[in-house]
Amino acid sequence: MALDDDGPFARPAGVAQSIEESEMRRGAVEGLDVIATGTVPSREFPFSAIAGQEEMKLALMLVAIDPSIGGVLALGDRGTGKSTAVRALAALLPPIRVAASCPYNCDPEHPSGACEVCSTHPSATARRALIKPVPMVDLPLGATEDRVVGALDIERALVDGVKVFQPGLLARANRGFLYIDEVNLLEDHLVDLLIDVAASGENVVEREGLSVRHPARFVLVGSGNPEEGELRPQLLDRFGLSADVRTPLDIDTRVTIVERRDAFERHRERFLETWQPAEEALRRTVIAARERLGSTDVPATTLRRAAELCVRVGTDGLRGELTLMRAARALASLEGDTVAGDAHLRRVAPACLRHRLRRSPLDDAGSTVRIERAVSEIFTA
Amino acid sequence: MTAHAGDEQQSAWNDAVLTADLLALDPHAFGGVIVHGMAGPARDAWLARVRIQLDHAAPMLRVPLHTSADRLLGGIDLAATLGTGRRVQEDGVLVRAHGGIAILAMAERWLPAAAALITSVIDAGEVVLERDGFAVRTAAQFGLVALDESMGDETGPPAILVDRLAFRIDLDGVSAGDLADTAPVAMGAAAARARVTAMAPVNSEIVRALCHTALELGVGSLRAPVHALAVARAHAALAGRTAVVAEDAAIAARLVLAPRATCLPADSLEEQDAAPEPPPEQAAENDSARQPDDGLDDAQSGPTPEDIILAAALAAIPPGLLQTLAKGERKASRAGGEGRAGAHRKSVNRGRATGVRLASAARGARLNVLATLRAAAPWQRLRRAAVARHQGLRARIEVRREDFRVNHYKLRTGTTIIFAVDASGSSALHRLTEAKGAVELLLAECYARRDSVALVAFRGTAAEVRLPPSRSLVRAKRSLAGLPGGGGTPMAAGIDAAAELAATARRKGDTPLMVFLTDGRANVSRDGKAGRGEAEKQALEAARAIQLAGLAVVLLDTSPQPHPFARRLAVEMGGRYVPLPVAGAEAISAAVQRELVSSQP
Repeated sequence: MALDDDGPFARPAGVAQSIEESEMRRGAVEGLDVIATGTVPSREFPFSAIAGQEEMKLALMLVAIDPSIGGVLALGDRGTGKSTAVRALAALLPPIRVAASCPYNCDPEHPSGACEVCSTHPSATARRALIKPVPMVDLPLGATEDRVVGALDIERALVDGVKVFQPGLLARANRGFLYIDEVNLLEDHLVDLLIDVAASGENVVEREGLSVRHPARFVLVGSGNPEEGELRPQLLDRFGLSADVRTPLDIDTRVTIVERRDAFERHRERFLETWQPAEEALRRTVIAARERLGSTDVPATTLRRAAELCVRVGTDGLRGELTLMRAARALASLEGDTVAGDAHLRRVAPACLRHRLRRSPLDDAGSTVRIERAVSEIFTA
Repeated sequence: MTAHAGDEQQSAWNDAVLTADLLALDPHAFGGVIVHGMAGPARDAWLARVRIQLDHAAPMLRVPLHTSADRLLGGIDLAATLGTGRRVQEDGVLVRAHGGIAILAMAERWLPAAAALITSVIDAGEVVLERDGFAVRTAAQFGLVALDESMGDETGPPAILVDRLAFRIDLDGVSAGDLADTAPVAMGAAAARARVTAMAPVNSEIVRALCHTALELGVGSLRAPVHALAVARAHAALAGRTAVVAEDAAIAARLVLAPRATCLPADSLEEQDAAPEPPPEQAAENDSARQPDDGLDDAQSGPTPEDIILAAALAAIPPGLLQTLAKGERKASRAGGEGRAGAHRKSVNRGRATGVRLASAARGARLNVLATLRAAAPWQRLRRAAVARHQGLRARIEVRREDFRVNHYKLRTGTTIIFAVDASGSSALHRLTEAKGAVELLLAECYARRDSVALVAFRGTAAEVRLPPSRSLVRAKRSLAGLPGGGGTPMAAGIDAAAELAATARRKGDTPLMVFLTDGRANVSRDGKAGRGEAEKQALEAARAIQLAGLAVVLLDTSPQPHPFARRLAVEMGGRYVPLPVAGAEAISAAVQRELVSSQP
């Protein structure tokens, strides 16, 4: 697989690169039952080289192990490497098999019922499979609605005079991750769109004389600084975990961060090479944890604890409990434990519940403090 | 003293020139510069300096305020698309600035959401375009020069932007004489650039010292020490060195870390108290009797790089700021906070256009003709074919309803603070004086933030609007000066009058906050009759109306012994109750400030 050695950095001005193409470059392999022996190395800052920020890293690894946990929201101080960590996550994810004929990354063996392409050509999809890296799609703040949901292909309309649907970011993110940096600054109409699609798992486009429906199941990842603005509770609810990111105050950690960042900026190739073994080891850890996930047990006592915890802190709905259960299980399998118990629950509780608390005018304590208080009350009782 | 001030400006200009030289070496490496100061010869001279030092082929482009996302990031080129019959992409200004400088005009007026479009490009080093049917990445590495013309206490550029830019310079007060003394342009920028690339790895003691200094000065963001390290390297290259020495790092600390300081190191506070004048840098040099650039190899006896670098940063913090920092009172101003920029409200056709959207989403909005035509353009061939098939005739341009685009606006709203002052006999006269003082203090603050203030007084038998919402300091002072005191407390009338002002302010698009200064002893009813029972009943009714209207209220109980009725009034209003039995003007002002901060998004 050829990979441009200069990457995005040495490119002269005005030379644009198609995003689709650059995604493929991350290492798609074509073939019948080809097992990818490893994806093409990422050019992002390696996940394993991120110093500190343990909570954020753990949250990201948990969703990498079990995407059904449902996404991560990293909120906190500026200049703490929130987006670095999210972008680094892609390298830890094992590649997926997709149907070659499907523009929405459907699984060739189990195409989504919502996929029009796969349901109209069922035989073709079963045959040809493509091994692709898990989509990690950036939703930039300046994106227009037509690119998010998809629209008529302008080029084809102009040149060939035909109506063809050009899939948008939601299509590209199906079965992968959708990342929004500065998520609290996203325009309201895009937020509305996301809230809807994230809940239904499919994108329905009715515009420009087109009527298209396609699967859009993705793990939503957001980052931002709370000072820039609040997130709507409906959007908050779409995130499984939330990480509270504080600037590290320990001088050694800070020195390490600055030195590694500097080395990465100056000698990227050398830096990536140095971290390659650590990155590969971490990737194997995640993959092993994914494989163990099915055999990791969540006993009834743990479920009861999770429910108690939700009642104690007063979160609405079942989503808190489900997230607690899944996150505890993912943590247990990450650490090689066969049973998810109290210890796992305690560690994931703040990340699972922090963003689901209602603001209490009588309790000025931060949400993390409130959860920790509830945790210590329940687990010592 | 004047001579000293002159020296300071001279060094401010020297630092500005040094900043220009460093920036021009590798604009993208440092994010950019915030250039504080009004338009004028100093700013022009500074920009000219950057231009001279910058590579000749490098672009230097201006980004005007309210540049729309499609001009900033790029999109479809309408004329070329129509002309060629192919979809043609147009680059935004940030792509065109690749390899050079983008100058952001009036940076203090940019909203965080608009600034975030730029910061995402700074972070990625490329424009990730997902617009108008395009999905492309294009390299866009540039240094951002953010021109900040904020004055006094006005908030500066959005914090999201400030965090990404290594340098901050202040050109206010730079004189013509300073400009005449500008250091000549050194030759060999190309050689210096080569030295940056070939620079030896920076001694980890120096990295640690920069991190230590940042931490001691309360600079949380890790971008700051990363930038400082890059600046130290560039400075070494400018000075002709092939390795970074402590002096380079000291200058980096002065240029990058000192302007971001939010606190002072604990042990430096005593020193500051004892001898605020001599810069610690000199003291350090005197101690060691040698230059800091001697290197680090034999540093056992003299000051460590850590000391030198921290001292350099401390010496660069202006004396006024030092005092504020020492008292631990620095507000989240230019260093970090957004300030309280007023709530942003969406509106169909007022305020600043923040984007264009499909028309179906909003009725009665103004059509954006250009955007509509742009949306219609690509489909012309398709539509003409379809129309010709069905009707056998051709329109010149086929515009359909799905093409309609409307502007999406955002209003920048101010806050109107409505003071309702109880001027009755029971609220003793001296309390009135304090209230007046507080209003004046707040007014001065509000003026700086473009908020307005109104004043209602109630005494005797009725309430009176003494000052309609105003930003005029002079008018407010005049209306306060003539405020008489004494008589009964027509509480209900006072609440009604304040609520009416608040409702009017809200209709105009402002966010009202009512501040009651009263002891709450209602004893005159709406019709002017004396009698506590009826007066209290009416006051509670008026208070409930405020809660129903959802208006923000704070009630400052000014009586020496706080009375339960005042608290009840506040509860009925749905507002906050603050007993201030010994309030002075400052305490009242502070209480309202707190309320403002907490009531704002």
